[in-house]
Amino acid sequence: MDVPLIELSGVQKSFGPVSVLKGVDLQAFPGRVTALVGDNGAGKSTLIKGLAGVQPYDAGVVRFDGEEVALHTPRDASRLGIEVVYQDLALCDNLDIVQNMFLGREETGFGTFDEGLMEREASETLRSLSVRTVKSVRQKVSSLSGGQRQTVAIARAVLKKARLVILDEPTAALGVAQTEQVLQLVKRLAEQGVAVIIISHNLADVFEVADHVSVLYLGQMVASLEVAETTRDEVVGYITGTRSQGGRAA
Amino acid sequence: MTTGEAERTNASPDPIAGDLIGSGVEGGVGDQVRAWLQRVRGGEMGALPAVGGFIVLSVMFSVLSPFFLTERNFANLMTQAATLVMLGMALVFVILLGEIDLSAGVTAGVTMCIFIVLVNVQGFNWIAALAVAFIAGIAIGAFIGFFVARVGIPSFVVTLGLFLGLQGFELIIIGSGGLYRVQIPEILAIQNSNLPVWGGWAMLVVVLAVSAGTSFWDRARRTRAGVPNRAIALVWIKLGVIAALGGIAVYILNQDRGQSVKAVQGVPIVVPIVLVILWLGTFVLDRTRYGRYIYAIGGNAEAARRAGIKVVLIRWTAFIVCSTLSVVAGLFMISKVGSVDAAAGRDLVLSGVAAAVVGGVSLFGGRGRLLHAAIGALVIAVITNGLGLLNLPAGVNYAVTGGVLILAATVDAVSRHRAGGAILRT
Repeated sequence: MDVPLIELSGVQKSFGPVSVLKGVDLQAFPGRVTALVGDNGAGKSTLIKGLAGVQPYDAGVVRFDGEEVALHTPRDASRLGIEVVYQDLALCDNLDIVQNMFLGREETGFGTFDEGLMEREASETLRSLSVRTVKSVRQKVSSLSGGQRQTVAIARAVLKKARLVILDEPTAALGVAQTEQVLQLVKRLAEQGVAVIIISHNLADVFEVADHVSVLYLGQMVASLEVAETTRDEVVGYITGTRSQGGRAA
Repeated sequence: MTTGEAERTNASPDPIAGDLIGSGVEGGVGDQVRAWLQRVRGGEMGALPAVGGFIVLSVMFSVLSPFFLTERNFANLMTQAATLVMLGMALVFVILLGEIDLSAGVTAGVTMCIFIVLVNVQGFNWIAALAVAFIAGIAIGAFIGFFVARVGIPSFVVTLGLFLGLQGFELIIIGSGGLYRVQIPEILAIQNSNLPVWGGWAMLVVVLAVSAGTSFWDRARRTRAGVPNRAIALVWIKLGVIAALGGIAVYILNQDRGQSVKAVQGVPIVVPIVLVILWLGTFVLDRTRYGRYIYAIGGNAEAARRAGIKVVLIRWTAFIVCSTLSVVAGLFMISKVGSVDAAAGRDLVLSGVAAAVVGGVSLFGGRGRLLHAAIGALVIAVITNGLGLLNLPAGVNYAVTGGVLILAATVDAVSRHRAGGAILRT
């Protein structure tokens, strides 16, 4: 297999006496969807916050494109092209789709907004993801459904020319049809050559969309499996701690 | 409708535009009006209730009082409202953030106390004294902003503290029972002198030119980006409405409203000043990053922070903008009243907030425009003016204004509910 876009080795993080990440390895490849699974408290969120630069790791090596990088602030992550789509969607209800997608990096000319240009780019980005459920890019986000909001949040990451998109529980609050839409979107994201890490509790989603699954158990990576070569029962076993791989877990 | 058809046929031959997702500008005038009605039903009422209230109140008072619909009272209404319009617009900057400034009225008062004492007692040049007053206003805003944005105290508490503290300052500066007359001709002129008759018409022409200029500039920009424009008829309708309403207002104000031989006529000087500030403020809020980020923080501060917006800095500076514009409101106030005493600005506090809320600026943050606050201020000014003409006791005025404020806040909460937010905050 080719070079991973992002590679974590021996990453550690503690909060006071509590060791949350005890030397975790993780890889994600361009054009592939890597699922990160694990029970509550396994350290998934902490792992992601480190990648986003929100909560830097205490120890360990992060390689991006084969080169060692430091992720100390959200800006470090953003500069590399790492975008996180959080569970509690970071969208402003009172702004429209275009305004949300460009928030923080608006296109300006003569010191004022070039609304036409932003509208066009937003529209093209949504089109490139084959989004058909949005009628107008000037709709307020407050009028959108959960799936549409997730779509806007993902499109926002794509607009930034993200190379690694991390999705935190993207389908947790969605109905069946909307979950399907978002999963299709995730697949298209990978088809565009983006490395995708998806966190999910829903193994059905994981098996539908992911190429690879990494299992966290109590702060350690206990399994790293190709989805095609594993079963649901095996993954559940690793999540609950009844199985182990390589002898590193209890 | 024909213009709409023309727009559509113009848009369709463009191969790329056909691929774009809609942007809500499609269709003719009729489609746009229907879309607007749908938004209103969905809870995006904007200043609509305030405009309705303004019309109802005006009709009511014209029936009840023979003096309400006179040229003199119309001019009087403009100058009475000016202070409140200014204060309401100042408050929009912080209310959009979901914050409040209860000290804005007293900020207007205390800076004017400083101003008048420097001029009348210390013998300062009035421009130098005005500069000091503005610096004091900026300092007050920076003080509030520090405690709200950096320390994290609710703005309600900080500004309530300042509301009391600054009144103490006024007493210390002016002295209990003290009163200073305003004798600076330039300051008095703001509210008491008028533009020449031609000046009023020239003002209207400038307003129309600026409005048309920005509309066509925006259209040209959108065309360059390859996205469709609204039917051009809407621009003409907007300009027509401005020309009609502005024309009537200027015409009435240009009539002689004097009671003696000397003619009193023309648009009060305060009107163009308010219009310029309204335009500049709206420009900042609608078309620059600073304004967009104020809306974003008011909508979802956490989302704004994650988007890389410097939330603390924007919050902080918004309070400075509010306090600085409050100084302007103070100038309008002393120009109208003609004197400054130790209680200057105390009555303005809640009326300023009321003006913004009545006009449709949401107390929950993130929704509202400067124009809304200006319209809300006009509604409150009409209430004060009309009840005054009916010779009702001042208590009635307070009660009615308070009632209108609660009514407006209720409309705000209900429309927020309709727009998808929770009616009861959890």
